[in-house]
Amino acid sequence: MRDFSYLRADSIEAARNAAALPGAMLLAGGTTLIDLAKCGVAEPATVIDISHIEGLNAIDVTADGALIGALAKMSHVADHAEVKSLFPAVSEALWQAASAQLRNMATIGGNLMQRTRCPYFRDPGNFPACNKRAPGSGCSAIGGVTRGHAVLGVSEACIATYPGDLAVALVALDAEVDLGERKLKVEDFFLAPGATAEQEHDIRPGEVITAIEIPGSAAARRSTYIKVRDRQSYEFAAASAAVGLELEGDGRTVRDIRVALGGVATKPWRARAVEDALKGKALDEATIREASELAMQGAVDHGANHYKIALAPRVIARAILKLGETA
Amino acid sequence: MTSQIQTIIDPPEDGHFRNGLATNGSTPSPTTLSLHLTINGRDHALDVEPRVTLLDALRERLHLTGTKKGCDQGQCGACTVHVDGERVLACLTLAAQVEGRSITTIEGLANEDGTLNAVQAAFLEQDAFQCGYCTPGQIMSAVACIREGHAGSDEEIREYMAGNLCRCGAYPNIVAAVRQAAQELRS
Repeated sequence: MRDFSYLRADSIEAARNAAALPGAMLLAGGTTLIDLAKCGVAEPATVIDISHIEGLNAIDVTADGALIGALAKMSHVADHAEVKSLFPAVSEALWQAASAQLRNMATIGGNLMQRTRCPYFRDPGNFPACNKRAPGSGCSAIGGVTRGHAVLGVSEACIATYPGDLAVALVALDAEVDLGERKLKVEDFFLAPGATAEQEHDIRPGEVITAIEIPGSAAARRSTYIKVRDRQSYEFAAASAAVGLELEGDGRTVRDIRVALGGVATKPWRARAVEDALKGKALDEATIREASELAMQGAVDHGANHYKIALAPRVIARAILKLGETA
Repeated sequence: MTSQIQTIIDPPEDGHFRNGLATNGSTPSPTTLSLHLTINGRDHALDVEPRVTLLDALRERLHLTGTKKGCDQGQCGACTVHVDGERVLACLTLAAQVEGRSITTIEGLANEDGTLNAVQAAFLEQDAFQCGYCTPGQIMSAVACIREGHAGSDEEIREYMAGNLCRCGAYPNIVAAVRQAAQELRS
């Protein structure tokens, strides 16, 4: 790891100003930054430690919505009683992510800045070509081992999978990220690679995430996160789905449904085609399975990741069926 | 050059932070930091480069080698310690980051008279290890797991201990030890 200067910021304003220093990177939980610095992927000249800023870790939840400070720890949000009851998909996405130790370190704001686990991205010594690390250098994953790579939102520049869980639930529930001067839908905060794989977030120099806001809704209250992976715990998703469901008074007709996917796309992926196909319909398994297939419209595989195209709709269907049963 | 941790106090109006760091153009150069770390209730002074992790500071500088270096990438849990009572990975924590926090390592778990912590005793009774390399991390993780209230069933223990890998595969006995310690601490 290359050495760097270490500074502590004790206010958001100080953090914003320091973040504009050349080569500066913000440190919150450190689970991405220190890891990538060890890999030689992140080479900050200055590390600005924002983890000691007071008052940024509050978790305020009512039926109207949740306001979660950027420095709230993943573990604290996952175990929060009102998050569990009013936004179950958020709690479930969090406790199924990483390990207990990492969840005690990683913050909600930092979680949104988590980088891909693409093994080519993480190994600059052996794979110099990576459009995320060095724009224009090419993509080592295309033509390589692609079992974990994305099938949705890919480009010729990059097929790296967005690895997180929380943001998938946030995208399904129309959450926003507060950047101080600007507020963005979490869905718009994440950028698909296109021709600019190095740009993963709509965040500008000097901007700092201060909070996320999740609007309350009936679909948020009846929501879930299902994660399918190679081992039962402590593993990234092969495919995951965050689903929120609101039914009409008859208990089977869909009034509102939200579907987002993880583990299969280059960003947290909202599946609106599935939602549109189910709104106003009476739920039965055949209808659900047929609609879930629509999530894979436009999917492109690179060989070993072909299985995700079959897997993801089944995960969506399982999540909807689970929520339907709890009607 | 050695210096204390510099805290950026104010948003600068004149382009300079109060401690003299320019906001435009120049970048501060790395300096050795003089840290005070509180470990197992004792204050330790040490000079380290900013990039030094808590794990390397504990093992290489303070010779507290109970905390193990396994993967050094946040994937195995061998370096689990407590910061302000919560389990974290020392390999992904900068030493500078935890100045002002309270750190507990495996060396600080037993009572001063040598009586073992209930989790340590349960690991012995249940033979919850083979080579023993992952054991300090397993025990630190288990102490926190029980304290968090995440040791209510074998299934929950397996889920909330998943961040600690054991290459000998002693998992059944580890689960038994955590279960036993959790029962003892509840009663």
